[in-house]
Amino acid sequence: MIEAKKLTRRYGDFTAVDRLSFTVEPGTVLGFLGPNGAGKSTTMKMLTGFLPPTSGTATIHGHDIVSDSLAARRLIGYLPEGAPLYGELPVQRFLEFVAGARGYRGSEAKTRVERAIDRLQLDEVRPQTIETLSKGFKRRVGLAQAILSDPPVLVLDEPTDGLDPNQKQQVRRLIREMAEDKIIIISTHILEEVDALCSRAMIIARGRLLADDTPASLLARSRYARAVSLACEDLQAAASALSELPEAGEVEIRRGLVTAFPSGQGDLFQAVTQLAKARGWRVTRMQLEAGRFDDVFRRITREEDQEKAA
Amino acid sequence: MISHFANLGVILRRELASYFATPVAYVFIVIFLLMAGSFTFYLGNFYEREIADLQPFFQFHPWLYLFLVPAVGMRLWAEERKYGTIELLLTLPVTTGEAVLAKFLAAWLFIGLALVLTFPIWITVNMLGDPDNGVIVTGYIGSWLMAGSFLAISACLSAVTRNQVVAFIIAVVVCFGFLLSGLPLVLDIFRGWLAQPVVDAIANLSFLGHFNSISRGVVDLRDLVYFALVIGFWLAANRIVIEIKKAQ
Repeated sequence: MIEAKKLTRRYGDFTAVDRLSFTVEPGTVLGFLGPNGAGKSTTMKMLTGFLPPTSGTATIHGHDIVSDSLAARRLIGYLPEGAPLYGELPVQRFLEFVAGARGYRGSEAKTRVERAIDRLQLDEVRPQTIETLSKGFKRRVGLAQAILSDPPVLVLDEPTDGLDPNQKQQVRRLIREMAEDKIIIISTHILEEVDALCSRAMIIARGRLLADDTPASLLARSRYARAVSLACEDLQAAASALSELPEAGEVEIRRGLVTAFPSGQGDLFQAVTQLAKARGWRVTRMQLEAGRFDDVFRRITREEDQEKAA
Repeated sequence: MISHFANLGVILRRELASYFATPVAYVFIVIFLLMAGSFTFYLGNFYEREIADLQPFFQFHPWLYLFLVPAVGMRLWAEERKYGTIELLLTLPVTTGEAVLAKFLAAWLFIGLALVLTFPIWITVNMLGDPDNGVIVTGYIGSWLMAGSFLAISACLSAVTRNQVVAFIIAVVVCFGFLLSGLPLVLDIFRGWLAQPVVDAIANLSFLGHFNSISRGVVDLRDLVYFALVIGFWLAANRIVIEIKKAQ
């Protein structure tokens, strides 16, 4: 279990992380979500023992990150932002170094390195110098060193950043495979990733925790959740008819679609279907909207701005 | 404690692997050997003196080290910070002190290797005459200790910046100060406004004085302790600088 208690980090007058408290249980993939500069990376740097917190602390399976830092670090595999690596070393040599620093010797070290190479499919590049590798391979080497000791906690700072869609899929599959009994914390600004990967999401902006929920519940906060969109010949007429429905709240027209947002009473989708049939609209497309992450994200981070302004 | 030393070795070997994975190691060794050789023969008048010793060889080492050792030391931490690998290194279960010591030792061993490769001149002087080999051994030890002092300064200053050129220049200037602190050039600056004991203390900080006595074969415990203290002080400072700087 990870337990953060009022974790705070200041740089001079600037507060990068502001009294962040949370606990994470094994079996969780936690997504840190937030705009750039929100404090996601700083939080990760503190959890992994790189930066000491200005105040507050955290424990990793009972080991304090400041007073018992080495023991805490032994439990964590970490992919720092941008996946920094010793570029002049060959892949295998680099992984051997990490195995050594993690305390593995001899055949145990060899087994660990082989397993990581196998898991990240690095076999074809094992003798190659890291700096000559493509971005995708470099990221995989970074992930290989993070999972090398099969640690109970993985902290991955933007693990899929800069990868092509196929590589992103691969990395996500890997994370999902490992998720079962571990704590995995990833940071991302790719919203779809949270939905695809995480069992829990924390929205952070200006170092503060703004929301902490499952992706599904977060999506339900979107105004698009269970909204109904349709395309037909006369959008204007449809829009004014839809706005008469008691089940519909706001109605808007956008990019050839009219969207009715639920008012909260009754079943909007049913009502729209019946209305379309009754009026004889030639509907070419109709969909029940899921929530949109970008919408939730924008609303939550903007609400905070408004509070600040008020 | 045992596991600590084990990790020291792991980092040390990785450092050495990096030296020899790039041209840095080979360029350094070749330049060092060429310059050490040409200084000895052309400036030191090795043959013309007709004395079978290695004084002409050792006497230029401080000046060689002044530029070559900061060139080795400048990358130790500046590069780690520039490429962000410091975050990788210091989130592994290793202590900062361990990392500082391992990096220093790797570079020091590497410079030691360059020094060992000057052995042909030792063979030469033994073929030409009958030198006091004990003096030559202490000369080598003194030279290596002095290189370690230059290196500890360079390593510490390399942690101050992520720019290697800046690290190099600052290190050369500070090393130059330590080298010359026994000469009137430096002492005159202080003489006017500092008490004589303080001026004497500054004079005593000079690498040259301590090195010269060792290289003449005089092994005074005070000289050894002096170099050990200089190295220890700068490595301790190195550790503190890293702890402060990694937050920025």
